[in-house]
Amino acid sequence: MLSTMLLVTGATIYFFIRVLKTPPKPEPDSYLDNDDEIERRAPRA
Amino acid sequence: MSANKESWGSRVGLILAMAGNAVGLGNFLRFPVQAVQNGGGAFIIPYLICFLVMGIPLLWIEWSMGRFGGKFGHHSTPFIVDTMHKNRLWKYIGVFGIWTNIAVASYYCYLESWTLSYVFHSLGGTFSGLDQIGVSNFFDEYVNLGESTFGIPYEPIFFFVVCLLLNTWILSQGLAKGVERVAKIGMPLLIVFGMFLAYKGFTINAGENGAINDSSVGLNFLWTPNFDELWSPTVWLAAAGQIFFTLSVGMGTIHCYASYVRSKDDIALNAMSAGWMNEFVEVVLGASILIPISIGYLGIDGVVDLVNSQGGLGLGFRTLPYLFYQWGDVLGAIAGVMWFGLLFFAGITSSLAMGTPWIGFLQDEFNWNRRPAAWSFGLIVLVLGMPTVLFFKYGVFDEYDYWAGTVSLVVFALFESILFAWVFGMNKGWREITSGADIKVPGIYKFIIKFVTPLLLLWVFIGSLITPKGGDWAGAFSNGWELDDSSIINKIKNSNLKRQLAEATDPAVIEQLQETLFFVNASRILLVVVFLSIAGLVYMAYKKRVREGRI
Repeated sequence: MLSTMLLVTGATIYFFIRVLKTPPKPEPDSYLDNDDEIERRAPRA
Repeated sequence: MSANKESWGSRVGLILAMAGNAVGLGNFLRFPVQAVQNGGGAFIIPYLICFLVMGIPLLWIEWSMGRFGGKFGHHSTPFIVDTMHKNRLWKYIGVFGIWTNIAVASYYCYLESWTLSYVFHSLGGTFSGLDQIGVSNFFDEYVNLGESTFGIPYEPIFFFVVCLLLNTWILSQGLAKGVERVAKIGMPLLIVFGMFLAYKGFTINAGENGAINDSSVGLNFLWTPNFDELWSPTVWLAAAGQIFFTLSVGMGTIHCYASYVRSKDDIALNAMSAGWMNEFVEVVLGASILIPISIGYLGIDGVVDLVNSQGGLGLGFRTLPYLFYQWGDVLGAIAGVMWFGLLFFAGITSSLAMGTPWIGFLQDEFNWNRRPAAWSFGLIVLVLGMPTVLFFKYGVFDEYDYWAGTVSLVVFALFESILFAWVFGMNKGWREITSGADIKVPGIYKFIIKFVTPLLLLWVFIGSLITPKGGDWAGAFSNGWELDDSSIINKIKNSNLKRQLAEATDPAVIEQLQETLFFVNASRILLVVVFLSIAGLVYMAYKKRVREGRI
């Protein structure tokens, strides 16, 4: 029981941390919240 | 041009919304009961194998199909699958991805409204002082539209309408401001409530507050493996079925959510994160509440009887509110609010997902704005859901659940896995899965998605179609194939009801069974009419596209 619970909890935490640690792709990306971050705005042509 | 210009607010928000879509009442009420009935700890072995070779592949298939369709401006399955092959019939297979959601939402919102109502009843102290039979009778009174403790006339209808209004209003606010915001609040709260109740489930001591067993008795009962069951096809079918329900695959909601992800953004890691989050809620939290607490106070025999007679739903609503009050009035009320609050958040994050394919379809194909599209969903669910409220005792609720919430998922998942791996092509499909991926997808999955997943799905479908009597597969092969009443074929023939009718002698029972037979058949006709109506709309949308030169 404990090994199953630890395996599932570990995998959940591992993948969620990977999501949090992965830097976002360059704009335009799929997400609205980071559109106002100046460093992430696409340079003007 | 489509009126659909929606986007997700953040990546974490998308993952929480996807996890919320998957996490439902089944994580807490269905999984532990399935485990108890199918070999206890041994059930977890086929369950996890099915997750790895069927659940994860289907998640990747659906995420990548959705993102692929989104590139062409499609946000519902009829035209997402239409972009994947030139055969015009595929879009009618895609109708399942709208129909299932509307039909499931119709009874699921009713179930969700019970949890909302029970939160208020827990707060109001309705269950305080009631014995186990009293709490069980309260449930019967409630679903049979009997007298309301709050004095609200037709209380179940009132809460159903409130729940539906809430869903519709949130949907009308859009993806980022509505669905995602609820997921960001609901999922963390659900996990906190779940952890509190799991802690209580782990710390029951015999002799304290009327408990007759330690927590370990319930946990051992749930987790001790019965390896004899491991080779039973029935157990594997149950494990595969549970993976369907728990991940919400084969519904069309994942396609819809993923269609708002741009093609260069990751889906592989997102799918894993959301999928494992659901497993955490199910295996860690779901397994630590219902069964350990029930066995702590009622003993193994008592719980087995209740599970066999009432299932997880009965145990959750008829028994747990009473057991919580063994911890005292205050803690009993708090535990009740947390339990039903947790179920409510699990429910609403799923029912919101069910609204999005229909809304996306109207926005894409008929240029509807989000708000009227959301309200049209609410209206359809109200009309289609009222029979489940009014004729609950005649099995309308169960009929919707069986055809839309069970059979349809397997059928659509089977079609989409064949479409993805064999028609669209595995090489193109693999490129879709790995494009923009933030993790390395193991190459073995190319083989699993092409061969193992479709074959497993085919086996699940055939196994459900011709389930042998009593789940005795070995006996069926050697002694002739007699179908079980739970098989799809016998369900279609209403074998169980007809046998009961033939055996009944009491006129009142005969009348009740005849009425049930009528409502069961009427529900099926209604569901078929809804399916054909959506298929008609898809045909109109196709013709509109042709007229506008978009095809």
